[in-house]
Amino acid sequence: MKKTLFDKVWDSHVVHSVDNGPQILYIDKHLIHEVTSPQAFAELEERNIPLFRKDQIVATADHNVPTKDQHLPIQDLLSKKQVEMLSTNCEKHGVTLYGLGHPYQGIVHVMAPELGVTQPGMTMVCGDSHTSTHGAFGTIAFGIGTSQVAQVFASQCLLLSKPKSMRITLNGDLKPGVLPKDVILYIIAKLGTNSGTGYFVEYAGDVFENMSMEGRMTVCNMSIEMGARGGMIAPDETTFKYVKGKEFAPKGEEFDKKVAYWRTLPTDEGATFDKEYTFDAADIAPMVTYGTNPGMGIKINDRIPDINDVSFEKSLKYMGLHKGEKLLGKPINYVFIGSCTNSRIEDFRVAATYIKGRQKAANVNALIVPGSQQVAKQIEAEGLQEIFEAAGFEIRQSGCSACLGMNEDKIPAGEYCVSTSNRNFEGRQGQGARTILASPLVAAATAVAGKIIDVTTEIEEPEPASV
Amino acid sequence: MKNQNRQAFKEMEKFTTLESQAIPLPIENIDTDQIIPARFLKATSKIGFGENLFRDWRYGKDNTEVADFVLNNDTYSGSILVAGDNFGCGSSREHAAWALTDFGFKVIVSSYFADIFKGNALNNGLLPVQVKPEMLKEMLAVIKKDPSVQILVNLEEQFIAVEGTDLREDFKIDAYKKMCLMNGYDDIDFLISNKDKIEAYEASREF
Ligand code: SF4
Repeated sequence: MKKTLFDKVWDSHVVHSVDNGPQILYIDKHLIHEVTSPQAFAELEERNIPLFRKDQIVATADHNVPTKDQHLPIQDLLSKKQVEMLSTNCEKHGVTLYGLGHPYQGIVHVMAPELGVTQPGMTMVCGDSHTSTHGAFGTIAFGIGTSQVAQVFASQCLLLSKPKSMRITLNGDLKPGVLPKDVILYIIAKLGTNSGTGYFVEYAGDVFENMSMEGRMTVCNMSIEMGARGGMIAPDETTFKYVKGKEFAPKGEEFDKKVAYWRTLPTDEGATFDKEYTFDAADIAPMVTYGTNPGMGIKINDRIPDINDVSFEKSLKYMGLHKGEKLLGKPINYVFIGSCTNSRIEDFRVAATYIKGRQKAANVNALIVPGSQQVAKQIEAEGLQEIFEAAGFEIRQSGCSACLGMNEDKIPAGEYCVSTSNRNFEGRQGQGARTILASPLVAAATAVAGKIIDVTTEIEEPEPASV
Repeated sequence: MKNQNRQAFKEMEKFTTLESQAIPLPIENIDTDQIIPARFLKATSKIGFGENLFRDWRYGKDNTEVADFVLNNDTYSGSILVAGDNFGCGSSREHAAWALTDFGFKVIVSSYFADIFKGNALNNGLLPVQVKPEMLKEMLAVIKKDPSVQILVNLEEQFIAVEGTDLREDFKIDAYKKMCLMNGYDDIDFLISNKDKIEAYEASREF
C-alpha cells in the first residue's frame, strides 16, 4: 500500500491497537519545561509510579524565565519556585536539564533541533502546542496536556487515535521579501483557524523543498494555529545536512545508516490524503494580522475585510481597528522579534540585513530575544549584535519572553506590537496588548519606520542610501 | 482491563448523567489564553485555577467584576458551559481544563473543539459535547429566554437534550474514552498495564 510520510512514521511507532479503540503510540523523545511538568511529576509521585525512560527526556526552562540578568536569582517568587521545581524534579528523577545559565538552554523548540535531539522519523511530544515545530524534520511532533506528560513519564507511550492526513502543496517562486512566516500566515488566513482540527498536515511542493530548515520550522511551528496537531515536511538533503554533526545526532557509520532509513520516509508517489489544498507561491505577499486569532491575516497592502459577525466585531473592537481600514502606515510603538516561530539565527540575519545602517524610530521599543543561548552566541559572533545595538534595539537573553507575557516582558494595554511570535490572542502579550503578527523582515522595517510599511516595494527599488 | 500496578490506580470522578442549568458564552474561537491567562500558570499544583477562569473577561484592570460578563450574572448558573464554535484552541495548557473543572463545570457544549483541549478535558473528567451549529444556536436561544431551563446530558446513551423542548441530539465519543469516564479510569492505568507490550516493542525496533 502506498503510504504518506505521516503513515510511515506513525505506523512504525504503534505498539498495540486496541480493538475498535485507540492505539498505543511509542514516543521517542519527550521534551519538558517548567510550566507544564510540575503537576505531571506530582502525579507520578502521588501514585508511586517510577519514570519509565528518563534518558528519552530533555528538559529546559524557557516560558517563565527572565530575559535579563539570568545569572541572578529570579525576582518573581512564583516564577522562581516553578523554575526551581523543575531542577528539583529533574534531579530527583535523573532527567537531563539544560536549565537557566546552561549553554544549551533555550526555547524548547529552538534548542532541541539545534542540538540534534530532533531527528527525522521520530515521534516527539512536549507539553506545549508548538511542538509541531519539529515536524520540519519529517518527525511526528505534537503538543500534549499535562496528564499526557504524566502518561509519557510512566510508559513512554500515549493512547491516541490516528489523525487524518492533509497535504498542502505550494509551488512556484516566492516574491522578494516574502518569508516562510508570510507563507504560513497566508495559508492560515486562507484556510481558517480550525481547518486542521483532527489532521496532521504535510507541506509539499518546491517552495518547501527550497526552504531552509529554519524556514521549515517556522512553517511547521504554526500548524497548530490552523487547528492541526502537527505539520511535517519530508526529510531531504537540507535536513540531513542540518542534522549532521549536531551534538546529539548520530555520528559516522551510524549517521549514514540513519540517512539511508530517512531517505525511505517521504510520501510514496500516489499515496492519498484525506484532504488536499494547493496554493500558488506567486500570490503570497508579506502578511500582517489585524484580529485576535492567527487566521485574521491580510496582505500588507490589503484592507481589513467587512464581515458581519459578532465574534469578528468583538475582535476588531479589542484591536481598536475598523472594517475597511488599512494597516499600512499604522504607527507602532512596540516591536518584538523572538519566540519559537522566529528566533533562530536566520531570522536575526534577515532582520539585521535590513536594519544595518539604519536607526529604529524614536517612538519604538524594539526587543530582540534570541531563541537559545546558542543563537545568542551566534548573534554576537556574526556581528549582528552590533548592528542591532547601533540601531537602538534592545537585546535580551533567551526565553519565550513577550510571546506569552508570563515574565515581565509585556506589552502595555492598548499598545500595538508587531510581533514575530505565533499568537495574537487577546492579552497574549500582556493584558490589553494588541498583537500584529508578522515576519522578522516586516517587524524590522516597522521598528525602523515607526509604522507598518511595505518592505517589498522598498526591496524592488534601488538600495536605499544608508543613514 | 488488567491492572498490574494497583498502587498506580487512582479513581477519577465517574460520569454517567448530568442534569443542570447552563451558562451561555456565545463567543467563537475561545482560546486557552482566555480561559486561563499565562500569568496564572506559575502555580505548581492543579488546585485553585477556577478563581482566574476567564480572568480578563470577568474582571477589569482594577480587579472589579465586569458587570456584563456572564459568569458575573446571577441569572445564569449551572455546571454546563455552552460556548461558541472552536472552543479551546491555542495553547496546550491543561490549566484551562483545570480552571473549568475547578470552577465547577462538568460539561462544555460547542459546535467544535480544538484537539488538545478535548483530550485534556476528557483526561480530567470534563465532558466536551459537540453538537451541530444549528443545535448550538437553538440551545443558546432557549437558555437566553429561560435561564432556568434544565439541560440533560446522558453519557451512557450519548445524547444531550433541553428539557421542556424537543431539542435533543446524539453526540459522539470515542468508545474507550467513554468507558474511562463512566468508570473513572485514566490512561496511565491502561498504559502501565501494557508495559510488557511496550518493552517488547522497544526490543524489536531497528530504528
Ligand atoms: S515562544 Fe511562545 S509559542 Fe513558543 S514555546 Fe514559548 S510561549 Fe510557546
